[in-house]
Amino acid sequence: MKRSKSEFWGFVGPSLFAFALVVIIPLIFGIYYSFTDWDGISSQINFIGLSNYVEVFKDKSFVDAFIFTSKFTIASVITINLIGFSLAILVTRGMKISNLLRTIFFMPNLIGGLILGFIWNFIFTKGFASLGELTGQRWLMGWLSNQETGFWGLVILMAWQMSGYMMVIYIAAIQNIPQELVEASQIDGANAWERTKHIIFPLVRPAFTVSLFLTLSNSFKLFDQNLSLTAGGPANSTQMLALDIYNTAFKFNEMGVAQAKAVIFFLIVGGVTLTQVYFTKKGEVEM
Amino acid sequence: MDKNKKVTLNIIGILTGLLFLSPFYIMLVNSFKTKKELFMDALALPSTLKFDNYIGAWERLDFLKVFFNSMLITVGSIVLIIIFSAMAAWMLQRTKSKLSNLIFFMFIGSMLIPFQAVMLPLIRVMGKLNFLNMPGLMFIYLGFGSSLSIFLYHGFVKGIPTALDEAATIDGCNSWQTFWYIIFPILKPITMTVAILNAVWIWNDFLLPSLVINRPETHTIQLRIFFFFGEYTKQWHLALAGLVLAIIPVIIFYFFAQKHIIKSVTAGSVK
Repeated sequence: MKRSKSEFWGFVGPSLFAFALVVIIPLIFGIYYSFTDWDGISSQINFIGLSNYVEVFKDKSFVDAFIFTSKFTIASVITINLIGFSLAILVTRGMKISNLLRTIFFMPNLIGGLILGFIWNFIFTKGFASLGELTGQRWLMGWLSNQETGFWGLVILMAWQMSGYMMVIYIAAIQNIPQELVEASQIDGANAWERTKHIIFPLVRPAFTVSLFLTLSNSFKLFDQNLSLTAGGPANSTQMLALDIYNTAFKFNEMGVAQAKAVIFFLIVGGVTLTQVYFTKKGEVEM
Repeated sequence: MDKNKKVTLNIIGILTGLLFLSPFYIMLVNSFKTKKELFMDALALPSTLKFDNYIGAWERLDFLKVFFNSMLITVGSIVLIIIFSAMAAWMLQRTKSKLSNLIFFMFIGSMLIPFQAVMLPLIRVMGKLNFLNMPGLMFIYLGFGSSLSIFLYHGFVKGIPTALDEAATIDGCNSWQTFWYIIFPILKPITMTVAILNAVWIWNDFLLPSLVINRPETHTIQLRIFFFFGEYTKQWHLALAGLVLAIIPVIIFYFFAQKHIIKSVTAGSVK
């Protein structure tokens, strides 16, 4: 069907206009600003070449944040997917309470990250302390007061929040497995482990690609939870990349440096997730 | 499955369920305690069931007001996203040209851009245009929400036969009428998905409102909770009551729309 140009722009225009003004133009400006001495206050913006980038690589807080974020991402991706997959297996066994359990496991996802962080802030600092006193377990005391407990605090929080989401994705995949295949394997004498390894795992692989992508990019971009659980403390030891960019911009007003960090952040997130999707997609089997 | 196995499975299920619920339980129990009680022991039950903390938190948060603000921003943004994304996706899918492909892939490709990469210039641009606070925020959500929404609509439109569009044209409909009378009603299931996914995101968003909203009377729930915590750091009894208040609307929403929510999340992520 032939449509006039004006009709095309009439339908596509509004979204495209908002998208261009909010995403495309700021992205282009952002790349430009990363080469300037923009401080957010003075109207004079000068081109200074690569010096912001040089500064970023010399900036200890950025390097620390990068290392912390990477470690956190590895730990949280593994934890979330292991728990998420286990939950999916658990609730697809035909129990009467399965539906109730799904509802419960998924619930934390609907609550904002900022609020979740505050809730767990209370649990780790007060709840854990009381439990530690009650049971005499010293490791439960003083949570979030050093890097290690802050790290595991974030991992636990994210596992609680996101594994229900991954569960939903894995359930959809498990339910799509043709029953004939499972029955056939049973007739052939496969035990539960063999069945999981040769039938279930290969067939849920596409869900694995998606879950890995979501957990990877969410963990890497984490901001709200980081802010409300530890606020990066103590002494910036649990500060992740997004929070570091935020602080560089708004605490220290180094807009140009913050923008250079943001550009590097974009390249890292894009690079890591695209690589992951490429490799996990490669091994998928077609049905 | 034999009976023993079933019992074990149920026990594991119940225990895991309780473990997942325990943070909510701890929060709820402590939200009823006095400051002193809470300081003594965070695990004990409250001695009395008084709502003082809730009354205090309600007033300090100005809860009704911020709830209404969050509602207005969320619903307003979603309506904009639904109308304009559905229109754009239909036109992009039905138009076979290089330009239309390019625009579509630009929308999809942008999903890889983390918010931080555009955050600072975005605030500057919007500030320069004097387009902040509620209207500006809704417009920004339209811009950011378009990508996933157009992607979902686009996939759905593909499944609607073009014969339908043609029949409408023969019957004398122009594009506008064809879209609104014929296509849009068929999009209902995917519209539901688009609405829910965007609602969860916008309702819970903190960073963007914190940068764009500079008038206290237009604060959202998330924003007010953040400032509330800054003020009452050491007063967990009030803070927890505030958190419970902030969560209640979400729980009610989940209770009523559970099926749709889970379906939407699956559709949105597996696509």
